Amino acid sequence: MASVLELKNITMQFGGVVAVDDLNMVVNEGEIVALIGPNGAGKTTAFNVITGVYEPTNGEISFCGKPVVRNHPQGKMKAGYKGSCAEYYTGKPVISPTPDQLTGLGMARTFQNIRLWKTQTVFNNVLTAMHSKSSANMFSAIFRLNAEEEKRQRERTAEILEYVGLSDVANELSTSLPYGKQRRLEIARALALEPKLLLLDEPAAGMNPQETAELTAFIEKLRTDLHKTVLLIEHHMDLVMDISDRIYVLDFGKTIAEGTPSEIQANKRVIDAYLGVAEE
Amino acid sequence: MKTKKNLTSLILPVAFLILVFLLDQLIKPTDSMSMLLTVLQKGSVYALAAVSMNLLNGFTGLFSLGHAGFMLIGAYTYAIFTIPSQARDSVYQYFDALIRVSFPEVLSGALGGFGYVLGIALAVILAGAIAAVFAWLIGLPVLKLKSDYLAIATLGFAEIVRAIFQWQKLGPVTNGSNLLKSFERTSTFRITLGNGTVISFATFVPVLIAVICISLIVRLVNSTYGRAFKAVRDDEIAAEAMGINLARTKQLSFCTSCFFAGVAGAMMAMVLSIAQASNFKVAMTYEILLMVVLGGIGSISGSIIGAMLFISASEWWLRGLDSGSFLGINAPGIFRNGFRLVVFSLIIMVVVLFFRKGIMGDRELPEVIQGWRQKRQSRKRRAE
Repeated sequence: MASVLELKNITMQFGGVVAVDDLNMVVNEGEIVALIGPNGAGKTTAFNVITGVYEPTNGEISFCGKPVVRNHPQGKMKAGYKGSCAEYYTGKPVISPTPDQLTGLGMARTFQNIRLWKTQTVFNNVLTAMHSKSSANMFSAIFRLNAEEEKRQRERTAEILEYVGLSDVANELSTSLPYGKQRRLEIARALALEPKLLLLDEPAAGMNPQETAELTAFIEKLRTDLHKTVLLIEHHMDLVMDISDRIYVLDFGKTIAEGTPSEIQANKRVIDAYLGVAEE
Repeated sequence: MKTKKNLTSLILPVAFLILVFLLDQLIKPTDSMSMLLTVLQKGSVYALAAVSMNLLNGFTGLFSLGHAGFMLIGAYTYAIFTIPSQARDSVYQYFDALIRVSFPEVLSGALGGFGYVLGIALAVILAGAIAAVFAWLIGLPVLKLKSDYLAIATLGFAEIVRAIFQWQKLGPVTNGSNLLKSFERTSTFRITLGNGTVISFATFVPVLIAVICISLIVRLVNSTYGRAFKAVRDDEIAAEAMGINLARTKQLSFCTSCFFAGVAGAMMAMVLSIAQASNFKVAMTYEILLMVVLGGIGSISGSIIGAMLFISASEWWLRGLDSGSFLGINAPGIFRNGFRLVVFSLIIMVVVLFFRKGIMGDRELPEVIQGWRQKRQSRKRRAE
């Protein structure tokens, strides 16, 4: 199995706080991998590093075998660096792409606190996401020379909405949808980018058990039907244990365990840090 | 269905243009209705300015207050490149004019009447292009700023431009603090036929330019780029995560908006027959902003309605308040210079109180009309 995403020695330090320290992680093609941990463990920070919102302080990220992000402690950070593996990447060139460049490589994310385009309809939310894929320049767009492409994009949008089960609300405002459907729309919008890797940040946050069960089935379906690779952060343990192939557990920025769901459930450190508390 | 829609969207502007052309011929400058022509001329200038500002403030969410500065650049560019050679020395009386080319003159020499029109069109496009180039340069550092900070930076830019254009050292180009005049303007847009009848295009030309430019903006807003602009406005972080290049999209919107601001500036010069830097004060930007807000932020038809109402009220309907009698009431003691502005401000306050999101909100005219139709139909159905 080829790796889609590979993190090597990723460290993210804000001022004096090391939010993520020496995170090493591999997501292989077709896998569903979960990143879990108690609140404040650094999961969303790791996510933001992967998607380019933050530039890591140290470490390297490869996407489909090619390094796409690389950094080492520089400037002020060099003296105050508290993470590990400081010298690993010093000689190598720094790569720091913007989020849209990383998205262009074939990854797409959703957000923990829903970030739909609020004044737009459901249909337009998905259609807008296709902008970065369209080949039109401004003049061809104004004079409608891209009508063919526009038509294709609209058809594709209708297909995606049909697939995620939102075609009946296509012309409603995105904010008028119930919470669970808004989450689903975020996934639909990410799917519009035709990504290899789908990054879901707490997709089941705030959902009731029934909605969570539906979502679990939906993510499973994304893998079997569309062959997407998924990396997700989640607090709902039943969802995580149900669908993940492998799990990484973070606590205070450090990776304390990795393995299959059954291994994680049996891991003493994980239970101490997190699951034990949750089950008692 | 679709072709029918396209046809009506084509017929309406064409019919409007024909009407304007006829009004141009029928209304003589001495008529009492000549105010209508003034309103149409100035209104089309401000409508384009307001729509272009709305593209930036309403559709891309970049709060910029530099519009007067970009209109000034457009006005000067247009004026400088259309001054006929025999008038040039009297315009630049204290300086040695540096730019000695007039597009309409050169091209009409080569191509005749068509060349004249082409020359005017070229000068207008160049006015927009130079404003856009300035916008690009300013945008590089400034567009990284957010909301109020961007407004302050662009406001500062507009003031700097106004000062620089009045600088004596630039006199050979800008005529220093003196005004530019005698260039091709609305009163020279006319054809005298063999038998002496004059066909005037004084109102037709600015209205035509506004119609063309606004329909281009409408098409842009409804294209994939318009959707990207709205995505940036609604949520920058989500837009970036969905692969939209923030810096590029903002720069595109800023330059496009300023291009049309430059064109509006050129039209302003045409309509007022003069171009003077001291006219393009911050107050002008605020007036345009007021039109955008009155009409509805994020509604193109709203901006046009806002601009037309603003200009009609301030130039025409409320004129009487300044000159002694209004609506048949004669009260020279109260209706004196400046009273118009008092009433005008009160009206604006009332409008803003009752239409919090502007007259149109963020809807467009066709949607609103369709809404009325549906309401009427459902009422009829209920009655049956």
